[in-house]
Amino acid sequence: MSNSLSADDVRKVATLARLKLTDVEIELLSTQLSCVLDYVAQLEEVDTENVEPMAHAVERTNVFRDDEPRDSLPSADALANAPKTDGRFYLVPPILEGG
Amino acid sequence: MSTSGTTSGTTAVALLARMQLGELTSRQIVADSLERIAAHDKQVGAFLSVDGDAALEQADAVDRRRAAGESLGPLAGIPVAVKDVLCTKGNLTTCGSRMLEKFRPPYNAHVVERLLEADAILIGKANMDEFAMGSSTENSAFGPTHNPWNLDHAPGGSSGGSAAAVAASMTPLSIGTDTGGSIRQPAAFCGITGLKPTYGRVSRYGLVAFASSLDQVGPMAADVGDAALLMEVLAGYDARDSTSIDAPVPDYTNTLDQPLEGLRIGIATEHFAEGLDPEVEQAVRTAIDMYRSFGAEVREITLPHSKYAIAAYYLVASSEASSNLARYDGVHYGHRAENYDDMIDMYATTRGEGFGDEVKRRIMLGTYALSSGYYDAYYLKALKVRRLIRNDFDTAFESVDLIAGPVTPTPAFKLGELVDDPLAMYLNDLYTLSANLAGLPAISIPAGQNNSGLPIGLQLMAPPLAEDRLLRAARMFERETDWHTKRAELSSKS
Repeated sequence: MSNSLSADDVRKVATLARLKLTDVEIELLSTQLSCVLDYVAQLEEVDTENVEPMAHAVERTNVFRDDEPRDSLPSADALANAPKTDGRFYLVPPILEGG
Repeated sequence: MSTSGTTSGTTAVALLARMQLGELTSRQIVADSLERIAAHDKQVGAFLSVDGDAALEQADAVDRRRAAGESLGPLAGIPVAVKDVLCTKGNLTTCGSRMLEKFRPPYNAHVVERLLEADAILIGKANMDEFAMGSSTENSAFGPTHNPWNLDHAPGGSSGGSAAAVAASMTPLSIGTDTGGSIRQPAAFCGITGLKPTYGRVSRYGLVAFASSLDQVGPMAADVGDAALLMEVLAGYDARDSTSIDAPVPDYTNTLDQPLEGLRIGIATEHFAEGLDPEVEQAVRTAIDMYRSFGAEVREITLPHSKYAIAAYYLVASSEASSNLARYDGVHYGHRAENYDDMIDMYATTRGEGFGDEVKRRIMLGTYALSSGYYDAYYLKALKVRRLIRNDFDTAFESVDLIAGPVTPTPAFKLGELVDDPLAMYLNDLYTLSANLAGLPAISIPAGQNNSGLPIGLQLMAPPLAEDRLLRAARMFERETDWHTKRAELSSKS
């Protein structure tokens, strides 16, 4: 596997990450991420045959609570930090053509 | 520095005793703290916001209750700085990011509730690397924090503001968070004590998430006694954090002065390999010799997979970050771009404008590591190596009680020195991030200075939930040394 990321690769990942980057940022990230990927490639030399992945430091199963109704955040509080609302809902740009 | 006549630079334990004797009020302490911040924070940059009036009001309330003979919490009247990644209801919580520049959370973080229940005074919100990503606090969107010991140097990060505030005697206590060393490394750079608890020991409810399988909240203080006092307030079960451990909290303060008998200390050959600054090595070896003189047995151990910790860490942490930071979409809270074409472009433009360079770098790395075709090679591989790292510790702790070693390869580097070289910055976390990957508690305590007067830290690591052992062992060292009593001197000009 190649460890270098071309400017086009960086653009592709930026689209997945929903990040608008400038051309200067793309060039810089192509160099910097390639360098980091080169570094992390050393993991390939570790024998991980039959090793279970460890997703959490304290391994536990699902934590359940009793299904009892309780107060939730009042909608005014939930909306208080939103960039755009109509007082009842979050407002977003139109997502349907002609919407 | 002249702190005579003021309470600045005095430990919380000593301040509490003087308040109980009626020699001092919380208002005096808080006023001194605010004065010191006003005099020096232009130089240091430890705080992102300070609400002096609210702090004095809280202090007056505590003083009134004390005068009326009411029972008070364990931190009654003591100022505490809180890293700006922890939600404070109605007060700015920026995470050092333009994205959350105006964010005022609708609730308090669990640890903030605990502080208020303990009658502590919230003195201000501490500066940090954006979203806790960084090792120098230079990634703060609102300007860096300077190391109080030498303003040209970095205070470490990401809890650099919390560390500098204590080191500059602006507050006796502060709260930090540690995902890969973000409490311990700044504590070492600033000559204070910082404890990263066991994963799950302190609730993260209301902590803005960076890497959820690694993040922990912990105490930062001038000495071990204060760290134990604060830890006792922070620790404990909370149903609102599904990773919270439901285990009793030991009485850290009362057991603190009991020396550990028959202590077996491990030193890992990997911690003294190439790249370790000779002055740091000297200080750490001197500290280990002191433990020998206390009767501890010192054993060589090995942590064979520790050299892979940085690679595993940056893949795991960045992957989790890319997922956690997907919530900043310009819809629910935070920044939204003004000019965009459509919904998708609104997301991308908002995020491009709102995030700084390091955050973008980690989101990109994480997105790549999780993307189709690369998941097994990067993310899954890193999780398997993570288990091998944890296994190394489990094996080591079969024959030793603690592992002692350096916190950082060097003392505080200069501001600007590493900021353009992400990998070199990451290498700074070489000795700290294994504890996060393995979920172990670890403490950094002051153990020396280099020949330019920059602090050097000693790290002690313990098995899960052995914070009491860490604190007691740290106290044994502290009792025979005076590094923890040294305070950074700041000139009076601002």
